[in-house]
Amino acid sequence: MEEKKLTWKQLPQGDVLEAGTSLKFKTGNWRSIKPVHIPEKCINCLICWMACPDMAVKTKDDKFSHFDYDFCKGCGICAHECPTEAIKMEKEGK
Amino acid sequence: MPTLKDLSKREERFVSGHRLCPGCGAAIVVKLVLSAIEKPVVVGCATGCLEVASTIFPFSSWTSPFIHSAFENVAATMSGVEPAYRSLKKQGKMDKDIVFVAFGGDGGTYDIGLQSLSGAAERGHKIIYICYNNQAYMNTGIQRSGATPKGASTSTSPAGKVIPGKVQFQKDLTEIMVAHEVPYVATSIIGRWNDLVSKVEKASKTDGFSFINVLSPCRLGWPHDPVLTLEITRVAADTCVWPVYEVVNGKYKITYKPKEKKPITEWLKMQGRFAHLLKPENESLLKSIQDEVDRKWEILLKKSE
Repeated sequence: MEEKKLTWKQLPQGDVLEAGTSLKFKTGNWRSIKPVHIPEKCINCLICWMACPDMAVKTKDDKFSHFDYDFCKGCGICAHECPTEAIKMEKEGK
Repeated sequence: MPTLKDLSKREERFVSGHRLCPGCGAAIVVKLVLSAIEKPVVVGCATGCLEVASTIFPFSSWTSPFIHSAFENVAATMSGVEPAYRSLKKQGKMDKDIVFVAFGGDGGTYDIGLQSLSGAAERGHKIIYICYNNQAYMNTGIQRSGATPKGASTSTSPAGKVIPGKVQFQKDLTEIMVAHEVPYVATSIIGRWNDLVSKVEKASKTDGFSFINVLSPCRLGWPHDPVLTLEITRVAADTCVWPVYEVVNGKYKITYKPKEKKPITEWLKMQGRFAHLLKPENESLLKSIQDEVDRKWEILLKKSE
């Protein structure tokens, strides 16, 4: 993603920033391998949710929901920590 | 003690889009620490990887009030914010119960920020100080810090013909904080989320200063395969290189005792910075590190009796 520089007129007054604006900066293009969820093996322990440094494992109603590929950097911790091997890492662009 | 399911339903206080390396331990530290606290939080952060990667203007990964400090003064900043809040509360201008959390790396805690940390601890501010300890100045290019272990190769203590990596042992900051006689001091690892979460919960209910030293792997500086970020900390605990314990009002308790204490080579072989230690010519150095780890572990066992 291209980073747009703000002009001085657009800069916020003082040094107070809006919260959580990094959601506009997608880091998914850092990835060379991606995690793929295998629902049949998943026991919804949410260890992957805990282990993800990029908050890219999304949950819904106490269950694994999906990977947010806009932000997943492909580190592979989730697949390594998964106790039931319900996540496998695949090459991007396969 | 909340379950992962409970934690996952809590407000996300550190969001995606930060620019920490893939597999960085610091992001996991922040996620676990902030989700362990149910009350509203105010966060202060010393300069370091975490701060430069999460607050690149105009982006911020923080959704709770966040104050950016210089390298040396996050504890001093929070020492101002916390009494201001207490005063507002006393005047009846605020009724929220707020928890104050300070994050610093090992550089901003062990070395540059030590005086402000010591002052805040001595004055007894109600702050949780979290040191995410990656054992060197990773942000500026992996220079040695007071937290870098003996024998580790860094850019300012490179292993070669002159020295075999860092010559000194690391500073024992946890014990320095215990000596401040603050109500809660602990070490933790991100590889055991329940350990870290329960300690942060305890700290947030402590009336006074609390300090938690969390081992946070750096895939770039240690370097290690990023998938091992959590596992490597469990090995650190199993080899007693990083003992996991807490000190509540001066009383020691080891919160994770390995069933079988592993030799330190298990921990060293996972990381590039220690590769030279496993060569035959460094056998005596390796033994001196093992002896020191054993000595410290024995002392800790005695203290926790």
